Amino acid sequence: MKIGKDLVAAAATPMVLGILAEGESYGYAILQRVSELSDGELEWSDGMLYPLLHRLERLGHVEATWSASPTGRPRKHYRLSGSGQAAFAEQRRQWSVVSTALQKVWADRDGGDRSAFALGGAPA
Amino acid sequence: MTPDLEPQVEQQITAWREYVGRRDAIAGRDVDELEDHLRDQIERLEASGLAPDEAFLVAVKRMGGLDDLSREYAREHSERLWKQLVVAEPEAAPSRSGPMLLAVGFAVAAAVAIKVPALFGADFSSDGDFYARNLAVLVLPFLAAYFLVRRRSSAATVAMVAVPFAVAALALNLYPFGPDAATLVLAAIHAVVALWIVAGIAYANGDVRSSRARMDFIRFTGEWFVYFVLIALGGAVLIGLTMGVFSAIGLDAADFVNDWLLPCGIAGAVVIAGWLVEAKQSVIENIAPVLTKLFTPLFTLLLVAFFVAGLMQGALVEPVDGAPEMFGQRDLLIIFDVVLVVVLGLLLYALSARDPIAPASWFDRLQLVMVLAAILVDLLVLIAMIGRIAEYGASPNKLASLGLNLILLANLTGAAWLQLRFVMGRTTYDRLERWQTGYVPVYLAWATIVVLVFPPAFGYV
Repeated sequence: MKIGKDLVAAAATPMVLGILAEGESYGYAILQRVSELSDGELEWSDGMLYPLLHRLERLGHVEATWSASPTGRPRKHYRLSGSGQAAFAEQRRQWSVVSTALQKVWADRDGGDRSAFALGGAPA
Repeated sequence: MTPDLEPQVEQQITAWREYVGRRDAIAGRDVDELEDHLRDQIERLEASGLAPDEAFLVAVKRMGGLDDLSREYAREHSERLWKQLVVAEPEAAPSRSGPMLLAVGFAVAAAVAIKVPALFGADFSSDGDFYARNLAVLVLPFLAAYFLVRRRSSAATVAMVAVPFAVAALALNLYPFGPDAATLVLAAIHAVVALWIVAGIAYANGDVRSSRARMDFIRFTGEWFVYFVLIALGGAVLIGLTMGVFSAIGLDAADFVNDWLLPCGIAGAVVIAGWLVEAKQSVIENIAPVLTKLFTPLFTLLLVAFFVAGLMQGALVEPVDGAPEMFGQRDLLIIFDVVLVVVLGLLLYALSARDPIAPASWFDRLQLVMVLAAILVDLLVLIAMIGRIAEYGASPNKLASLGLNLILLANLTGAAWLQLRFVMGRTTYDRLERWQTGYVPVYLAWATIVVLVFPPAFGYV
């Protein structure tokens, strides 16, 4: 299944904020985590993560520090700031509204109209 | 420590680094960050059995197209390459001379427009009143039109820009102004400001809500001013030589200079300077921020010195015990409004050129001092103004300066507060930026009020 571009873009910020809410991380590890969480379904082109992280940094939602990777290379680590926590909570509320609404409309469909187009039967 | 990658791959990474770093939008440490990512990716791919150079290729591919990447970086770090944001033309532009021809075309059109009234007897040298009144309406539409054509703006955007120009032209020419009306002078000056911001709508291609687009327009304004002054200096040399050469053979070129060279030159230069800002963006370092760094300390000194001198001199409105009256003359008040506008300009251009993520430096502290000094001076001026209005009654001039003063005071106070919090590490630079960009509509609104409401409110005197 290929997830649409718009949906990937829309999910990017809440996803990154959520992963950083788990703890400090850095670019490559964040992408690994995205892949892990979505069973490899959510695919970002790697480089696109960084402008997003920089935007969150400019908005003050994340703080960044440079430190060394285990091999001694410089590595930029990101962690959630206070305002990032708030932004994360806010995003979470918004997404749960969307997600609940979608679940409901699909449940109605499953209950009322058992056509081949019910949930799960959608062609890719 | 894991061993380094093979020399061949190391070489490829170095070449890749250099290639990526050449993109203006991706700077210094960001390349480090991307390289760290690339190496992680290569290691992981090698661990899963790929040959080193295969791993390198796959890792680079996964990074995404360099054009896309650098566009995303440009969008986020627009201070590095603000041109890309608004021009937003990928490599497709067929010829480099296209925009130049367009700019020259509009410059010529502006020069013609400024000569058309002469057909009806309004000469630039003899009928100064007509030109002072209509300068903005005659020249700025061509700059705006240049942007609209260049950005292939939608009809809605064109209308959003055209309507204010039409309204301003009607108001300036149909209002029944009295002879030597102060409200006419005020309206003409404020029309320049209002229509400049409207031209900014064209510059931003209608994206008026975006804080970044507004910041880009602020950057553009500073650079445009620098180019315009440079062209004007060149023009002055040209005029001097023209006069000299013709007087050497016993001809007086003054009429030609006054009626043709000067008006057409000014009109054309407005458009040409606008084009130069975009065309030369990546060629030379933006100059407005450099001037800002140079003049911020000097203006801070001026403001502090003035404030101290003002306090020592005493009386603000009326002479007391023979002390000289500090703000007695209207001109002085206007000079201080100009000083405050310059301070605001210094603040804006420092802001527009700054890396938003860099921590507070000595320069930010110096700016805080400058803004605080400006607020103190503003308060002195404000007290004097209110004193004058209480003493001599309100006039359009006084209310216009008072309004400007209050707007500047509110802006500077907000800027000082945010700058203080930023210097203390309590807020992000982004907040300062949004404070200033959020203020642009306030200027537009105030200028519009002075153009449209002041004349009828004061009976066109």
